[in-house]
Amino acid sequence: MTATTSAPVSTRPPESGLPLAIRTNGLTRRFGDHVAVNSVSLEVPQGAVYGFLGPNGSGKTTTIRLLLGLMGAHGGTVELLGGAMPKMAAAVLPRIGTLVEGPAFYPYLSGQANLVRLDSFDATTDPRTSKARVADALHRVGLSAAARKNYRRYSLGMKQRLGLAAALLRPRDLLVLDEPTNGLDPQGTREVRNLVRELASEGATVLVSSHLLAEIEQVATHIGIMSAGRLLRQGTLSEVLSEATALLRVETTETALAIDVLERLGLSVDHLAPDAISAKIGDLAPEAVNAALVQAGVPVRGLTVQRPALEDLFVHLTGEGFDVVR
Amino acid sequence: MSVDIAAPVTIPTPAVRYRGVLARQLRAEFLIVFRRKRNIAMLVVLALVPILIGTAVYISAPRPGEGPPLVSQIAGNGLFLAFAALTICLPVFLPLAVSVVAGDAVAGEASTGTLRYLLTVPVSRTRLFVIKSAGVLAYVAAAILLIVAVGAILGAVLFGIHGVTLLSGDTVSIGNGSARTAGVALYVFVNLLGLAAIAMFFSTLTEVPIGAMAATVVCAIVFAVLESVPQLGGFRGLLLTHNWLVFAELLRTHVDLRALVHGTYIPLAYTAIFGTAAWSRLATADVTS
Repeated sequence: MTATTSAPVSTRPPESGLPLAIRTNGLTRRFGDHVAVNSVSLEVPQGAVYGFLGPNGSGKTTTIRLLLGLMGAHGGTVELLGGAMPKMAAAVLPRIGTLVEGPAFYPYLSGQANLVRLDSFDATTDPRTSKARVADALHRVGLSAAARKNYRRYSLGMKQRLGLAAALLRPRDLLVLDEPTNGLDPQGTREVRNLVRELASEGATVLVSSHLLAEIEQVATHIGIMSAGRLLRQGTLSEVLSEATALLRVETTETALAIDVLERLGLSVDHLAPDAISAKIGDLAPEAVNAALVQAGVPVRGLTVQRPALEDLFVHLTGEGFDVVR
Repeated sequence: MSVDIAAPVTIPTPAVRYRGVLARQLRAEFLIVFRRKRNIAMLVVLALVPILIGTAVYISAPRPGEGPPLVSQIAGNGLFLAFAALTICLPVFLPLAVSVVAGDAVAGEASTGTLRYLLTVPVSRTRLFVIKSAGVLAYVAAAILLIVAVGAILGAVLFGIHGVTLLSGDTVSIGNGSARTAGVALYVFVNLLGLAAIAMFFSTLTEVPIGAMAATVVCAIVFAVLESVPQLGGFRGLLLTHNWLVFAELLRTHVDLRALVHGTYIPLAYTAIFGTAAWSRLATADVTS
């Protein structure tokens, strides 16, 4: 084995005590007067599948470019896998697979040749295993049959898959996937979802940016929501979702009585239909509400609590419509 | 998600670096430079120049002493075909080829988006500059060697190579003639470096490769135009193209080495200035492509 080791890397644990795969502090980037990324402090725990959400133009991709050192920050710090960026790029980036703003390859080379080229630039991979790793990565994204086809002739979905294959050329501790399902058909989307789960189960941390909320809701353990350059919310999926108040819906023939009971519990009630009312449930336990209703003699036909979908919260936080927030 | 606080914190494992990384990276770069159809096509065109001249001279066969000196020499000696081809390629064809390949070096990667993936492999920006420059230099060298080789071989076949008669009328040995040929190739190479550096610099300014290529060609044209304005006097000595044809010195009995060495100062200065500018731009620029 003819390998040498590079400079040692800081082993200092993050101050919070929790191992973070990505940590930024006050990350800021301006373009002229426009603040594209405004004091963003990301915290992506090790092993998490972090859904990085935000409308188009909210600063997700710029944040990712700042993370990877493709752009310089105007303020704040970035730490990836415990190493400060961009100083530790050489030690840290080989352990990170990336898909930034879509795949990009040489159109006049085959998918395989493109991956071989990329791999030969990696100073930390074994040239002797290059062929096998390339074949493996292509197999993993279902591109083995098209390996020798020119990239130019790939469909949008195949290009996206090749981008993922490049991120999987070697085992990674962190994957930064910007819109990985872009251009994929439903099957492809599903495969990517499975791939993300698989990678996470192997112990990798995954940051996946998207504006497809349903996608994220299915795979993410954590989410962060960006809007107009700011990170509005961040935490585990349930933490963030719990913030949006759940809605209690009661179906009964005695609506007047029921309203009375709920108002005594401190809820403000909306009349939905002749036989249905609703209220924001707040911190109350649904079973306690039910007990109170029954005790008061309200004939309860149905009682449901609707947790808002991620989409509702997202729209609530980032605004509706096509207006780009600036 | 439960996080075991006692779990080992992410410790960047010491990255194992394999030997021969630079060689591997250079090979990958050369492959892409020399496999690209456009680049191959330009080499074919350059190789056609000595073939066309050789064929034309062979058919019309001017007697030695007739016609333009360099061309009439070809009929007398095959080695002159290489010189003649270089002389004809130097003002336009070679600069064009250099502009295309060097102008594409960084801007091409930016326009396909592959630049961001190379940088996140990661390849350090300085390393990338070195590799890209090496690719460009290899191409320029290959283009010159190709013209010389095709010219010399075809010249030998059509006209034979014997004692080389120089412009000054003396005859030198084949070995001496070959050494002079190598000298011409080297001189042309050094002079093209300056243009390659300018193209590389433009290439770091844009994501549109054709823009960098065009800007470089415009530069070359401006040099040529200024060159033809005698009123500029001594200022013309600072033009990149001013000493390009000094290589004819090597075809005289007594080679004025001082003039040749002097002729490399200006291109080397351009190379240093624009090379540094290109490097510093690539090393610091935001990659937004």
